[in-house]
Amino acid sequence: MTITATTWIEACDADDIDAEDVIRFDHAGHTYAIYRSPDDEYFATDGLCTHERIHLADGLVMDHIIECPKHNGRFDYRTGQAKGAPVCLALKTYPVKLDGGKVLLGLA
Amino acid sequence: MTKAEAILVIGAGEAGARAAMALRENGFEGQVTLLGEEAHRPYERPPLSKAALTDEAEPEAAFILTPDRLDEHGIRHLGGRAATAIDRAAHAVELADGGWLRYDRLLIATGARARKLAVPGAGPENVLYLRTLEEARALRSRLAPGAHIAIIGGGFIGLELAAAARARGAEVMLIELAPRLLARAVPAAIADVIATRHAAAGVRLLTGIGIERIEAEGERHAIRLSTGERIPCDGILAGIGAVAETGLAERAGLAIDNGVAVDARLATSDPDIFAAGDCCSFPHPLYDGRRLRLEAWRNAQDQGNAAAKSMLGGSGAYDAVPWFWSDQYDLTLQIAGLPDEGHETVTRDLGDGARLDFHLATDGRLVAASAVGPNGRIARDVRLAEMLIARRATPDKAALADGSVKLKGLLAG
Repeated sequence: MTITATTWIEACDADDIDAEDVIRFDHAGHTYAIYRSPDDEYFATDGLCTHERIHLADGLVMDHIIECPKHNGRFDYRTGQAKGAPVCLALKTYPVKLDGGKVLLGLA
Repeated sequence: MTKAEAILVIGAGEAGARAAMALRENGFEGQVTLLGEEAHRPYERPPLSKAALTDEAEPEAAFILTPDRLDEHGIRHLGGRAATAIDRAAHAVELADGGWLRYDRLLIATGARARKLAVPGAGPENVLYLRTLEEARALRSRLAPGAHIAIIGGGFIGLELAAAARARGAEVMLIELAPRLLARAVPAAIADVIATRHAAAGVRLLTGIGIERIEAEGERHAIRLSTGERIPCDGILAGIGAVAETGLAERAGLAIDNGVAVDARLATSDPDIFAAGDCCSFPHPLYDGRRLRLEAWRNAQDQGNAAAKSMLGGSGAYDAVPWFWSDQYDLTLQIAGLPDEGHETVTRDLGDGARLDFHLATDGRLVAASAVGPNGRIARDVRLAEMLIARRATPDKAALADGSVKLKGLLAG
């Protein structure tokens, strides 16, 4: 096993998120968004939009895009990449793994 | 177009700034000049009636573009420079300081200005308006705790100003000529939710009441109402609509029809001149070509993008679903489509006091959706409704009314 500083935090049950959807997860004073893609992969990003700090978990997931509920800024939640105005700053992403039906969020 | 060609954008607001960027995003390598009357770099106007008034600190502009980004994209921003005339034959624009700028394609994105109150005494010494950052700062300075503020106009700007003034501890009275708030913008049921929230916040709402005149009273002011009542106050803020900035286009002989008239590609009656944002009126394909002029942030962005493509030879029609939002206290109001195209309303309860009204045409087509509630409760469903509207969907009414039916599922149908 390699030495890693990643701590795995239990975020939710895998079934808590519908396919092509997102939920909010708060931990240690920070808010995250956890996604389940249409093909049942799980991803995580910072929970707030880089434009006006709105909770992305209230937004709409279509394919691999999360759209901010306030001004429709779009990000690819797999990479955090901003997909055009009004957002230009990328979202920070976090590693995610499944373990025994639980979604674990990897924090450095 | 070749590298030597020049595109000039008049107006450095949301539509103009977005168009300048979109020209580069779409591969244009010629000269891009963004001309603005205000000295500032392009900035976002929506916060001016919200956070800019309520934040503890004196507001800074929410700049759309950093100087680095302007440089990186080779956009020349000329701030504090007003255009005074368009010479269409010469393909050149005259500036107030006597200079001229040549263009191959021109975009008019001059926006709108605040409509002025036309009653005796309503000069700038008595009445403040909101359009620019400087005006927001001037308004903000009046919103001291305990100050008596009168707001004229029960539209979105007036209501956002009322919410901001209450947040800063001012005593607020809002006067609207129409029998109810937001009469032109949203259905009565939604306006009622907003009115109730303002009343709960301590705003005194006077509807169906006109204004006879404004009087100065030393450092203070007074409003004489049509009822005869005289309202002394420390500040008067008016938000009574906006007027499209069409002067340049009119003097250049371009077609005007409640704004600079453009076609579906956003081209004016001159094929080398386009218009976008608050200043233009355009035919909307979703509503039988009905001509619309929208004063909305999203429309300004979308039309900036669309005009850039058209100026580069694109033939696509602008058909984005009109979309609008307003924030007041803990409530957000969102409208997609045109509620007045609706014939029947179906309401969905979104919980936490939030509601979503679907507006259906006589043939059952979804033509608009309007919602009010906490932003997190309404945004996703309004976005899905917008997609249904764009697809000209005729969703099942029972499904629309049933909060347990996912709207996303209706998209597939």
